[in-house]
Parts: sequence; structure tokens; C-alpha cells
Amino acid sequence: MREITFVEAVNEALHEEMARDERVYIFGEDVRVGYGKGGPFGATNGLATRFGPERVIDTPISESAIAGTSVGAALWGMRPVAEIMFSDFLALAMDHIVNSAAKMRYAYAGEATVPVVFRMACGAGVGAALHHSQSPEAWITNVPGLKVVMPSTPADAKGLLKSAIRDDNPVVFFEHKFLYSRLREPVPEGEHLIPLGKADVKRSGEDLTIIAYGAMLQQAMRAADLLNQEGVKVEVLDPRTLVPLDRETILQSVKKTGKVIIVHEAPTFGGFGGEIAALIAEEAFYSLDAPIKRVGAPFTPVPASPILEKFYLPNAEKIVKAAKEIME
Amino acid sequence: MQLNNEFMIQLYRTMLMIRRFEEKALDLKARQIIPGLLHLYIGEEAVATGMCAALRRDDYISSTHRGHGHCIAKGGDISLMMAELLGREKGYCRGKGGSMHIADIDLGILGANGVVAAGMPISGGAALSIKMRGKDQVVACFFGDGGSNQGAFHESLNMAALWKLPVIYVCENNQYAISVAQSRSCSIRDIYLRKDAYEIEGCMVDGNDVLAVYQAAKETVDRARRGEGPTLIECKTYRWRGHYEGEADRTYTYRTKQEIEEWIDRCPIKRFQKVLLDQGVVSQVGLNQIEQEIQSDLQKAMEFAQNCPFPEPQDALKDLYYEE
Ligand SMILES: Cc1ncc(C[n+]2csc(CCOP(=O)(O)OP(=O)(O)O)c2C)c(N)n1
Ligand SMILES: [Mg+2]
Repeated sequence: MREITFVEAVNEALHEEMARDERVYIFGEDVRVGYGKGGPFGATNGLATRFGPERVIDTPISESAIAGTSVGAALWGMRPVAEIMFSDFLALAMDHIVNSAAKMRYAYAGEATVPVVFRMACGAGVGAALHHSQSPEAWITNVPGLKVVMPSTPADAKGLLKSAIRDDNPVVFFEHKFLYSRLREPVPEGEHLIPLGKADVKRSGEDLTIIAYGAMLQQAMRAADLLNQEGVKVEVLDPRTLVPLDRETILQSVKKTGKVIIVHEAPTFGGFGGEIAALIAEEAFYSLDAPIKRVGAPFTPVPASPILEKFYLPNAEKIVKAAKEIME
Repeated sequence: MQLNNEFMIQLYRTMLMIRRFEEKALDLKARQIIPGLLHLYIGEEAVATGMCAALRRDDYISSTHRGHGHCIAKGGDISLMMAELLGREKGYCRGKGGSMHIADIDLGILGANGVVAAGMPISGGAALSIKMRGKDQVVACFFGDGGSNQGAFHESLNMAALWKLPVIYVCENNQYAISVAQSRSCSIRDIYLRKDAYEIEGCMVDGNDVLAVYQAAKETVDRARRGEGPTLIECKTYRWRGHYEGEADRTYTYRTKQEIEEWIDRCPIKRFQKVLLDQGVVSQVGLNQIEQEIQSDLQKAMEFAQNCPFPEPQDALKDLYYEE
């Protein structure tokens, strides 16, 4: 299978969905040209040329209205794919994602559908500092009515984004910027759909489950390699969709291995890993033979200086260290 | 307006320092010595310089992602700035912030900001505090043409107008927000006309003419100090470099080579040089000497920054909360 990068996979999904359904359009800052390649990362590359400026709309810098306008259009027959350039600016778009998109179907007793995708680049590792590096998935996983997706591989990015665009619910879609051009993997050509709400076992093993998503999947896989050298057979599980969460696959894995480490790049405290840990504690407590471990960032913003950012970010070594603490 | 020679030379010095500082930063970025995102102000120096020259030391400014010029013009220490860009321990943010978070609270620099237009309500708040404390300080709030489309712009101007807050809103209209020309993002051509929506004063100036900026700044600062409320100044200018260092745009996808060259011809520093020479404020020898002094100051700042150690990794955990 041909290999493409993470951002190329995102781009391919957008091309295919726009070609398939003319109600799909792109709405965001610098999506036409950006730095000469369609957005700052190239995610919307070639779309304006192919589908015209009416369907690839450069907006003013107005995140609140980007979100709200998308909700309005989604209510009345369009399928917007809104782009928030950096997920840090989710904070500015939050009102309409949380108070409009998430609540309309419920409030209107099932009469309304809001098929909108909010895509955004998240994550650290590129020295972009406090306002361009956050992993804010936990800000919104506590909002009923939204689906929240965070792919870790190019193939998943393509398959999940296509499903998100076809979903009749509002979906917040996080793309880790560190992976965009660094991760190149095989991706199926043409129709490739991955259902929202389905986790994926990226590697199977019997001794320990590592649950990781976003850029942390790479680190979990590396940790699994390192642990394997010491004879520990690691199962690596990627939830892929945080809401709805694939509880069964998670519980199945933990019931098999009896040990679990949950990894994400966001601060551990208050992070989504706490929800996964609580699920396991409630539903699989008697299968556990060691405490649940979480590996995440410390409870601070993302610092700028590379030496500080490196200290801040979870990585394979930190995962291995956590594993050793529970592997007796 | 009659200005004394010393003052004019100081304006020149500030603009040149901003230019040379950023040329240095540009070089260090190209050699990957500066990490992270770097947005340069080259070509726009007259705006920060003219505006800040009208401020007192105890006045405030709020800045943007393109903030080095504002910081230097308000009196920021280039050694601490350079150390921050290099991620060092003695940098303004102790290496935690980088280019987009530099602040100097003692100098009233309320911070560069990575969030477009975030400085606008913060400026309003600083001005509200001035009013509540019964002081005669003012706030200069810098933002871009792109930033003027945020809700924060409109909400802030309304509040400031309503409560007659001492804020000078300085729109640095460099005509683009990343790749989007202002004509494609603003419903009006002249952003300062938005003043009418809030019934405040405002004007448009040539942002590449430091004296014009200074003159407008002086009048509006005086008004604000007298308690007559906010002003919206629009400075038309141009960014020479890419949106950030690394945006090469070698194929001129969103602006033409000719347009860039035309604006480079209108260099605010060269223009002011000519004024100084024509008016006999300074001789060519004098200009050369200023250049040398700036080079030497910059050299010292570089040495300071490069000799400064990196922070300890655990310093990442410091300063989150106020603690006794
Ligand atoms: C809230 C927010 N949205 C988007 C961005 C990404 N971004 C950074 S600078 C910029 C363009 C800003 O344009 P303008 O205000 O004209 O300032 P300039 O860069 O031209 O100085 C954008 C969209 C951001 N930093 N913050
Ligand atoms: Mg601009």
C-alpha cells in the first residue's frame, strides 16, 4: 500500500468527501492558500483550486463566528468542516461548540441535526509554546452532545475524518501537529471508513495494556518495544474516539492483562485518562492485579524552551518507568 | 510640530535597534538556534516607535504575536529578550514563553500574546484599573488588521467608549493576516472608520512615517490622559518577511514580488534617515556612529544570551501559582 503522511491523509479525506457530497464545505482561516499550500500545515491543500472559493472559504479571524456560523449552516442543510487553526483557539470557539452545536438536537427534541466537524491542530513538541501547543480534549469531553475524535495514525485520520463528516452529529476532531508531516504510513486509497466509537488494538499482548492516543501512540509503541526486550508482552490500545468511548474493547483488554497504563499528552490531572481509569476501576476492578497508572504532562502550561518542553512531555521512557512500577 | 534633535535621534535609534535585533533573530532562526515560532516586525518599526515615544515609562502597552518591536520601543531589555528567544534561564520568561510571551511588568509591557486580539480586552482592563486607582496613565494597545475582526475588538471598543477608558487602540494594518489580504477579511477599507460605530475619535496615519505616527500618538495620548476616552489609530504599513520565519512563499501565492519591493522602497528607517540628514539633525558620520553603537549593544546582548545557561528541566514546574 502506498504511504502518505498524516496531513496528506487528512487532506485526502477532505478531497474525497467534498467530491462525494456537495454540501460539504471548508470554513476557516487561511484554508485557501495559507503558506502557499492550504492552511499552515497543508491540510486543505488543493481544495480551493479543485472545488472553488465558494466551497473553500477563508474567514476573518473570528473563531466564535466560525463556530457559530457553521452551526447555523449545518442546521439548514449544509455540512461544514470548520477549521480552528490551533486547538488552543478552541477556547474562543467554545461557546457555539458547547452551547449551540452540542445542545440543539437535545433541546429541539430530536428535530434538529447539526452535522458539523470542527477540525483543529493540537499538541506540543514543536517549541510553539503556551498558546500553540495545548491538548485540550478534556475541555470538551465533558460536554454531552459532542463526539470527540483524536486519531493517531494517517490511516485512522483518513477513515475517521470521512466518518466524522458523514456523521449527523457535531464532531470535534483533533489532529496532532507533531504527526502531520513526521508520520508517514500506509493509507488505503479511496473509500476507507472507520466508525466513530471503535477503539483499535494496535498491538496485542498478554502482560500489560497501554492505552494511548494522539501523538502518544507512537510513544506507547516505542515503550512496548522496549518492554518487549525485557520479556513483557504489551497490548497497545488506541481509543481513537474519546466520545463515544469504546468501553468494551478497553475492558476486554484490561481483563486479559490485569495491568493498565493510560497515556495522554495533556496534563494528567483532570485529563481524559481519569475517565478511562474510573471506567476500569468500576467495571474491571477484580481483574486488576496492580494499580492503574497514568502517564501525562505535569499540571502546567506547555513551556517554550526545548529543554523544558522535553521535560514536560510524556514519552516512551516515562511509560517504561511507570510499567516497571507495576510489573513487580 | 517642533521636535528637538535629541528626540528625533532617539526615534531613529529605536527603529534601527528593532531592525537590527530582528535581523539577528532572523539569522539565528535560519540557523535553527532559535526554537519555536518567530514573527518579525521588519518594515513596521515606525509604528511601535512613534507610538511608544508618546508614552511615559509608567504607561502600559499590550502587544501581539509580532511583539519584539513593541517591547524594544517601550524600553525592553534586548539582552533579556534575546535570552528568551534562545530559551535561556535569564530570559524575560525564564525560557518558558519564547517570542510570543515576552513581558516586562515593571515597564508596563503587558505581554506579547499568541492569541490574536487577546491584548484588546486586557488593555481595557488595565485602563479600567487606571481609572479606578485615579491615575493619569494610559494604555497603548497594538493589534493587527486581522485582529480587528475578532469579537474582542468590538467588545473592547464598546466598553472603552462607554466608560471613556484611557486606551489608544493602534491598528497595525500591514494589509495581510497570514495569507488573507485585508480586502478579503474586512468589510471596510479603512479600519479606523470603525471608530464611528462606537462614537470615539480616530484617524489614519502613514505607518511608515515615524513622525506622523508620533504626532497622532501624542495628540491621542494627551486626550486619553485628560480623561476624554479612547482613540482608534490605524497605521498603514507592510510586513516585509513571511508571516513567520519559515514561511518562504517563494512562489508569491498571496502577494506579488512587485508589491513587496514597492514597500521595501518605502522603508521607514531609510525615509527617516533622509529627513534627519535633510534637516541637518544629524550628519552621515553621526548616523554611522549610531549604527556602530547599536551593533555593539546588540553584540553585548548576544553575548549575554549565549553565555546564559538553559533552565533546569524542573523549572518547567515553577511559577504556576502565587505562593507565600
Ligand atoms: C485567536 C487566534 N486565531 C488564529 C491565530 C493564528 N494566527 C496567528 S497570527 C494570525 C494573523 C494575524 O493577522 P494580523 O492581526 O493582521 O497581524 P499580523 O500577523 O499581520 O501582524 C493568525 C490567523 C491566532 N494566533 N489566534
Ligand atoms: Mg496584518
